[in-house]
Amino acid sequence: MRIRVRSLTLLTVGALTATLAACGSSGSSDDGAADPRTLTVVTHDSWAVPDDVLAAFTEQSGITVKVQPQGDAGQLTNKLVLTKDSPLADGVYGIDNTFGSRAVDEGVLAAYDADLPASAEQLRLPGGEDRLTPVDYSDVCVNVDDSWFEEEGKQPPQDLDDLTDPAYEDLFVTPGATTSSPGLAFLLTTVAAKGADWPDYWQALVDNGAKVTSGWSDAYEVDFTAGGGDGDRPIVLSYSSSPPFTVPEGGTEPTTSALLDTCFRQVEYAGVLAGAENPEGMQEFIDFMLGREFQQALPDNMYVYPVDADVALPQAWEQFAPAAEKPFAVEPAELDADREKWLREWRDIVTQ
Amino acid sequence: MARHRHAVATALLAALPLAALALFFVYPVAGMVGRGFVPDGRFEPGAVLEVLARPRVHRVLWFTLWSAAAGTLLSLVLGLPTAYALHRLRFPGRDLLRAVVVVPFVLPTVVVGVAFRQLIAPSGPLGGLGLDGSAVAIVAALAFFNVSVVVRTVGTFWESMDPRREEAAAALGATPWQVLRTVTLPALRPGIVSAASVVFLFCSTAFGVVLTMGGLRYANVETEIYLLTTQELDLTAAAALSVLQLLVVTGLLVLAARVRRSPPAARTARLLPRPRWTHAPVLLWTALTLVLLLAPLASLVAASLRRGEDWGLENYRALATTGADNALLVPVTEALVTSLEVALVAASLALLLGTVVAYLVSRPGGGRPRQLLDGVFMLPLGVSAVTVGFGFLVTLDRPPLDLRSSSLLVPVAQAMVALPLVVRTVAPVLRSVDDRQRQAAASLGAGPLRVLATVDVPAAWRALLAAAGFGFAVSLGEFGATSFLARDDDPTLPVVIYRLIGRPGAENFGMAMAASVVLAATTTAVMLAVQRLRGGSVGVL
Repeated sequence: MRIRVRSLTLLTVGALTATLAACGSSGSSDDGAADPRTLTVVTHDSWAVPDDVLAAFTEQSGITVKVQPQGDAGQLTNKLVLTKDSPLADGVYGIDNTFGSRAVDEGVLAAYDADLPASAEQLRLPGGEDRLTPVDYSDVCVNVDDSWFEEEGKQPPQDLDDLTDPAYEDLFVTPGATTSSPGLAFLLTTVAAKGADWPDYWQALVDNGAKVTSGWSDAYEVDFTAGGGDGDRPIVLSYSSSPPFTVPEGGTEPTTSALLDTCFRQVEYAGVLAGAENPEGMQEFIDFMLGREFQQALPDNMYVYPVDADVALPQAWEQFAPAAEKPFAVEPAELDADREKWLREWRDIVTQ
Repeated sequence: MARHRHAVATALLAALPLAALALFFVYPVAGMVGRGFVPDGRFEPGAVLEVLARPRVHRVLWFTLWSAAAGTLLSLVLGLPTAYALHRLRFPGRDLLRAVVVVPFVLPTVVVGVAFRQLIAPSGPLGGLGLDGSAVAIVAALAFFNVSVVVRTVGTFWESMDPRREEAAAALGATPWQVLRTVTLPALRPGIVSAASVVFLFCSTAFGVVLTMGGLRYANVETEIYLLTTQELDLTAAAALSVLQLLVVTGLLVLAARVRRSPPAARTARLLPRPRWTHAPVLLWTALTLVLLLAPLASLVAASLRRGEDWGLENYRALATTGADNALLVPVTEALVTSLEVALVAASLALLLGTVVAYLVSRPGGGRPRQLLDGVFMLPLGVSAVTVGFGFLVTLDRPPLDLRSSSLLVPVAQAMVALPLVVRTVAPVLRSVDDRQRQAAASLGAGPLRVLATVDVPAAWRALLAAAGFGFAVSLGEFGATSFLARDDDPTLPVVIYRLIGRPGAENFGMAMAASVVLAATTTAVMLAVQRLRGGSVGVL
């Protein structure tokens, strides 16, 4: 009996040791990040860069890139703020201008001044010029299903004010500002366009039957008439780059279009994390992101415009997905100071 | 002396799962809550209390409680007759139906959300009911997920109940209603309470369902913690709600432990009866429930066979590709393999730790500490996945415990979710082993290991397989915890589906639907295999 008890004890201790050893070894294997030949980059969930583009970087620099998606732009930024004493990675890509100032103010980023293409200068984040490098941008705009309006014999809306017109009652759907990046961008559009009166505008939107969903996919794929399902709302908040995806099979023109007077410009940045183990590697990667090969891959894979205006857009984009001429913008300092207040007010209008 | 030694051995055995729980649950949650209590290096419990006074917090708490209660009630109303039909009657196709009932429980909420909304959106087949975005839709979706818990838990009790007591009551002149009220329901009470408490737990921590179905008009504690942590970075408020959640869950578990008992071990060897015309109401009710469960799944299958206006298998053929314009980093087929691998590791971990816990809580005697152990391992089900996920990031970040980017983290997190289910499946069976068998073996000279190998394992191996299968299926569909963890370039199937749904283009949407059907089919196959292996059903959720 005594021996048996001991053997049971030994078994337990053995298993425990094995578990701890396993933990230890998996921990130490990650110390490879100190190796200048590997680079860890955290991104938002929309990261989609073809393998051959990354392979080209590895060939050119000898550095292998490990990509870790960490949620949407907001989640990504907040995770970096929470872990700034012991950074998750060497660098970040995907912080946008709605969260950029928080990352800068919290000291998440190390300085790096990359050589920008001339067209990218105006896209720098005011107040964070030396921390964040603009890589791409997109315009969040109201989209309309032109074929639906044609069938109904109605005029599609033109601007923000039309959305509160009773003629368009119950026709608009948008993802929410608290749960979706484009949703937040649209809230900022209204803040920029209406100033202090934006809550009244939202009240009018809600009173006119605007529907708020949790994510972009819910709005576009379920409720939008030209999305994946059989939605019943022909006006949706999406991107200026969405229309080319609605070219019907065998057709030559999209059935939807973006209203370019309703857009907010979302700029996405890359940066070196403070306390990174391989800051030089990330700097090299940022330069690569500004290079022709990476910039060229952006539209087709991530549905965003390259910051380098000299890089040619795909033909369908040239034709059907022009960027907005005068997008709305909010000052980063103002945005950072009031973001939570706006979101709370917005939530109270929408969720009552 | 030997007794003392035995206690030491037990304590050592308990140390393994407890260490895992402490490391992968208690420590991360404490780390995250701690940040809320100590915002700028100063301990400020007052700020946390202030949060609890916010009117919004009261609204959120109230909605959490009533939506969870309503969801639980609806699950019981739909699930109880179904449990009877699937566990007290014998008819062809019954095993398949039992497996189908479990599918909703293990489907990722993103998929169910879209499938549900296609049905009830104003343009959908049920659009006329005006349910879209209403609280009714949330409650219905909660029930959709949890009916299976009721059917399985209560069904097991019902199956093992001796029918002769009911027959005796009927022979003495009791009406069917009296039999149900005075004999059947009291005997089922522990099973019903056990099921209701687990369902309430799941409903009150529902996340994706509330966000998708409610269209942001409603918020429960779980979605509120998500918004406060991931968007507003208001850690103090998030900590307040996490503590509140923990208190409610603990209270619920204590309450449930008082009433819960394992199903009676005695089982009649009689064959279950075939349905008769008197069973018509119960069968009709079951059919209705199955239709409610299958309708969203059918809408999913229909969507997977469509590409724009055309019908066909196009979407399924596309699963070997990376989607339109390289929407994915890896093809769906590869993600399926990753999912299977992760599920295998997670199920093994959950089985290893869960069996140890089940072994300990099922020892005769023991009393309070054993109950406590059982309850403690249920806690991960009741705490916000956001808090745990972010907790991993802020606590397991330094050597020797730098696990944040370890590929083990995802299976470990999933194992913590599956572990309580393993315990609940295995423990009742071990408990049903007559302790005199063990004593007899020991008095014949067998040591503890030998007793284990010759008495417990033969009795429980089917339950072990069943638990492994269930853990496997849960891990296959797990999305919440996985999505908050650092992920490598090897995404699991639910993660890939989420990504496909989030991209424009009919091709990607169709692929997402097809991949969801593949996930559902894989789950059904696993559950069906488990059903076959266990030959009848044992164990309680």
